[in-house]
Amino acid sequence: MNILFDERLDGELARRDKAEVLTDIQQAVPTLTLLHREEDLRPFECDGLAAYRVLPMLVALPENLEQVEALLKRCHALDVPVVTRGAGTGLSGGALPLEQGVLLVMSRFNKILSVDPDARLARVQPGVRNLAISEAAAPYGLYYAPDPSSQIACSIGGNVAENAGGVHCLKYGLTVHNVLRVDVLTIEGEHMTLGAESLDAPGFDLLALMNGSEGMLGVVTEITVNLLPKPETAKVLMASFDDVEKAGRAVGDIIAAGIIPGGLEMMDKLAIKAAEDFVKAGYPLDAEAILLCELDGVEADVDDDCETVRRVLEKAGATQIQQARDEAERAKFWAGRKNAFPAVGRMSPDYYCMDGTIPRRELPRVLKGIAALSEQSGLAVANVFHAGDGNMHPLILFDANKEGELALAEDVGGKILELCVAAGGSITGEHGVGREKINQMCSQFQADEISVFHALKAAFDPKRLLNPGKNIPTLARCAEFGAMHVHNNELPHPELPRF
Amino acid sequence: MTDLAIHAADCDISKRLCDQVRTAYETRTPLRIVGGDTRAFYGRPVEGQPLSMAEHNGIVSYDPVELVVTVRAGTRLSALQAALAEHHQMLPFEPPSFGEDSTIGGAVATGLSGPRRPWAGAARDFVLGTRVITQEGKLLRFGGEVMKNVAGYDLSRLMTGAQGTLGVLADISFKVLPIPTASHCLRLSMSLDDALGTLAKLGRQPLPITAAAWHAGELFIRLEGGTSSVKATQESLGGEPLEASFWASLRDHTHDFFNVNEGQALWRLSLPPNTAPLALDIPETDIFYDWGGSQRWVKTALDAQTLRAACQAAGGHATCYTPNAQGGASEPFTPLNAVLEKYHRNLKTQLDAHGIFNPGRLYAAF
Repeated sequence: MNILFDERLDGELARRDKAEVLTDIQQAVPTLTLLHREEDLRPFECDGLAAYRVLPMLVALPENLEQVEALLKRCHALDVPVVTRGAGTGLSGGALPLEQGVLLVMSRFNKILSVDPDARLARVQPGVRNLAISEAAAPYGLYYAPDPSSQIACSIGGNVAENAGGVHCLKYGLTVHNVLRVDVLTIEGEHMTLGAESLDAPGFDLLALMNGSEGMLGVVTEITVNLLPKPETAKVLMASFDDVEKAGRAVGDIIAAGIIPGGLEMMDKLAIKAAEDFVKAGYPLDAEAILLCELDGVEADVDDDCETVRRVLEKAGATQIQQARDEAERAKFWAGRKNAFPAVGRMSPDYYCMDGTIPRRELPRVLKGIAALSEQSGLAVANVFHAGDGNMHPLILFDANKEGELALAEDVGGKILELCVAAGGSITGEHGVGREKINQMCSQFQADEISVFHALKAAFDPKRLLNPGKNIPTLARCAEFGAMHVHNNELPHPELPRF
Repeated sequence: MTDLAIHAADCDISKRLCDQVRTAYETRTPLRIVGGDTRAFYGRPVEGQPLSMAEHNGIVSYDPVELVVTVRAGTRLSALQAALAEHHQMLPFEPPSFGEDSTIGGAVATGLSGPRRPWAGAARDFVLGTRVITQEGKLLRFGGEVMKNVAGYDLSRLMTGAQGTLGVLADISFKVLPIPTASHCLRLSMSLDDALGTLAKLGRQPLPITAAAWHAGELFIRLEGGTSSVKATQESLGGEPLEASFWASLRDHTHDFFNVNEGQALWRLSLPPNTAPLALDIPETDIFYDWGGSQRWVKTALDAQTLRAACQAAGGHATCYTPNAQGGASEPFTPLNAVLEKYHRNLKTQLDAHGIFNPGRLYAAF
């Protein structure tokens, strides 16, 4: 399966002569940094989904709004597609360039414009790193809650585009819950403010629509985020289980006890081993699964909750329960989980990370399904799971140098996502659809639903110039992919050609 | 109410609703979507054939351990809340109810949130998914019943607060949360300036505050959370005890304050946190500060332009809650600028080409 842009399925793109486009934009925006030589374009050929690489026609590195506005106006006039990119850490190929397109890199918009501790707001440019916001807010005892694993490197503009999550989503929400306002430029170069510093704004909730829209509706140029007071304390319990299903049930039991942990993570045996070998987190190597349960808040409450959770875990059959004795041990427990991906990367030449979500009750069934797929394919799968919010990250181990293994890994990945959809879940919890999961969108949504997405897109970008080919598949692609919902035994849109 | 009693009223009329919408689309007949008809005052009047949602009633699924409930739009808010309360859970955004007939569909369509909003989140923050009837009368599913789902555009949150102008909400899935273990409400005598200063200071600390209001020389605070933290905060803040029902009266506008005098209109000012009192000619007794100061209820005869200009200058906006009363504004919602209006219009045209869904409810043009 090749996921690169395919005009036959993804729609035609205008053919423009590179030299002419370059000259046109240079003349319209003489101060704009534009890269056009192959060696300069090379570093931008992929994002965090590095298996796929495309050299963009041009890379633009604007430094101010006027440049972005002028660039968009020219691209709109010339019918040149624009792919916006932040730090390039995305895992779904959302910022994968197009050969005929301009890659708009927002990394130079890297200023924190203001931090208002009394209003608990920060105004930042899109290229600011996620963690830098919390660092700027720290002197006031505040922080920005969403914490994707890539938070050291990923930028807030990309977080908005992907509606990024992290390990604390169940309690503190995703990006959409923590952003108050975004300023965007439309493909036509118009300035638009969505949301407000007040807690709502008149009209439709376009702010919610913009979050997670993967650069398909506009270019985010400024973001106002909500800051939260840092919890007084955070304590973490680690529980070992001799059976994955028992661990899964324990998660439900904690929630049923009326407790919403700050973080609730699960790892299976292979992931435990990888993490332990890598960072020596103190994980029990004989366990089939571990749960990490972090409770945060006011000291006295957290102590009460730790006791409750301990009792729940004991009852659920945990073989061992450890509470981190101090901040250093807490950091160590988390280091294993936060480094689980690179840890697995040490065990295998390559790995492919999935991002499906499921209702938690379906965990045992889905894990069994994954184990069966692993056995059939001969590829090992390590499971890391945001257990609190049902977001699974199965890591499929493979070797890209072995003929056919990448394709096999992708095939297993696609089937895992279909398992998630069948269990009532979603193909992506926080990484986004991008280019990677474009075909699986056809499993999650019916043709009519996909048509509504296209209608939304048309309201903002009728010429389909912003990030074409990402996020929402064409109906032709779904027909070709063959996984389209067959509704009432009728194939939707019989008028479409089947390739 | 027992599970059995809730399910006795279960009724799925989505097929009939789809047929009605399809006919309206084909005949280009405007529809006025009606649940319990308790929120008609909110927004502009709609001329159209009623599309009655009240019979589309019942909880489709509820799994307390998953923290997810899916409910038909015509279900009464009170019935849903009672079902959740049986499992010690709640809708965290505390939707206002304007009468026993208030439905959950109306609550989501208007997108209003109660006193807990600044601390817990708004209605749209807890909407996980919806089944929507589109202009062509198709019942489509967006979002889902899982906490995290970033596949496709977030149509469910777009529908929240759109007041039925983009489609008909048939079923809605929510994230629910446990009712906090401990709760204590208190009142403190305090000037407005001191109250706003105190709230800014408290807001920077991790305290179990879930509601804060100020009116006529008193600061009202609700504490909710673990037993230990509520007790400790209660001791440090002091003050006199306050009945918990105070918050419901503020939320549902049954508090005496909401008796609006003749010639006055009721306005809602939505302002950034920590906004100083606006320089408007309104007596302090005619203002009720909610949401820690971010939401201010105002009774005034001042004209819309004056109020909106003051709010806009502070980074907020003003909504008229009594558009039909003498002194009320004919446009209840703050007008959009040209660019925003263009994209609102584009969206409306895409999702409701013939203007059949609550036409004119938000703005005259759509």
